[in-house]
Amino acid sequence: MLNIFQMLGRSALDVFRKLGRANLFMLYVLGGLPGLLTRPGLVISQLHSLGVRTLLLVGVSGFFVGMVLGLQGFNVLSDFGAEQTLGVMVAASLVRELGPVVTALLFSGRAGSALTAEIGLMKATEQLSGMEMMAVDPLWRIIAPRFLAGCMAMPLLATVFSVVGTLGGYFVGVQLLGVDEGAYWAQMRSRIDFYDDVLNGVIKSAVFGVVVTWIAVFEGYDAVPTAEGVSRATTRSVVYSAFAVLGWDFILTALMFGEG
Amino acid sequence: MQTSRLLEIWVGLFIALGLLALLFMALQVSNLADFKPDEKSYRLSARFENVGALRVRAPVSIAGVTIGRVASIGYDQSTYEAKVEMRIEPAYNHLPVDTSASILTTGLLGEQYIGLTPGGADEYLKEGDEVELTQSAFVLEQMISRFLFNKAEGEAGNAASGAQAKATPAAVE
Repeated sequence: MLNIFQMLGRSALDVFRKLGRANLFMLYVLGGLPGLLTRPGLVISQLHSLGVRTLLLVGVSGFFVGMVLGLQGFNVLSDFGAEQTLGVMVAASLVRELGPVVTALLFSGRAGSALTAEIGLMKATEQLSGMEMMAVDPLWRIIAPRFLAGCMAMPLLATVFSVVGTLGGYFVGVQLLGVDEGAYWAQMRSRIDFYDDVLNGVIKSAVFGVVVTWIAVFEGYDAVPTAEGVSRATTRSVVYSAFAVLGWDFILTALMFGEG
Repeated sequence: MQTSRLLEIWVGLFIALGLLALLFMALQVSNLADFKPDEKSYRLSARFENVGALRVRAPVSIAGVTIGRVASIGYDQSTYEAKVEMRIEPAYNHLPVDTSASILTTGLLGEQYIGLTPGGADEYLKEGDEVELTQSAFVLEQMISRFLFNKAEGEAGNAASGAQAKATPAAVE
């Protein structure tokens, strides 16, 4: 009987220990960010591997999500004779929700997992310890540029996703299904507010960028330095990112659009 | 060196693309382009018995052309009416003083806007003037209840007169 409580207590303590480690880790990494100003090359090369290489995936997914929204929206809206508002529906769902959330999930799968695996493997092969031996701080040299690049890349990717999705909806709705082109854009423009919708979406994606990259680099750094440990850390990175993104999405939506 | 140059070009393109996407959102997708906090625009106000679902920033149009936006909607406790402030673009400064304002709906289920109908006076509305002639929003529930009430009243009237008609011969007998 007592064993059950012991197990419960141990797992709770483990969770809190891990949260504490993650926070201390992040504080230390944040301290390393100003140092990056003198070495922008580190961030640029990470922006390439995290941002540029995710661009194709994000673009293709965005286009397909937009096309599906166009088709589904058209079917529902035409029942009410309101196909004219297709643009509003497509753009609102992309800008507010799907753009940030789907991009964050894709980003954690494509870039976050790679980050975790890379850092975990560096730890397993003692490259991080090697750096410390050379008096180079691995948190500042390895983690900080990756974290910064991830935080910068996510909002850009989410914005690209929304725009490509809008064009996908345009392609299906206007070109294939015959919604009026002027109505598609004009209704969208009159109903989508720059501050309430677009900027809130960008803020959302920036928050997701911080959350996903944080989880990815921390899981990599915290991985058990064995082959199995790295593989588990990679899995955890993607799973925790997905949970964190969905949870934060609910909180942010409640804060931003709650009073509606 | 060559690879790093290529890499930097790619990153530059990526960032430019992201910013362009944001610009596209601002101009094409959202209403930032229409949003001009123009100091030259002038204010008109109007009182309505009921503004329905009219919202701030709803269009103000005349002959179907949008000439301004609703700036604020308030409630005037002294007259128990809604007070709507409108901002009209400075180019449209020839609205006669007897212009009337009504709250209309785009389509059957669309959003509500203010439609102005010009009158025939020689003087024009200026900054801060009030549009005197107004017509309230069309509230579906009120229309339906009025219709049903009238119908029920009509039927009751018919039934009563029918009963009377029947009753009269009996009374004669």
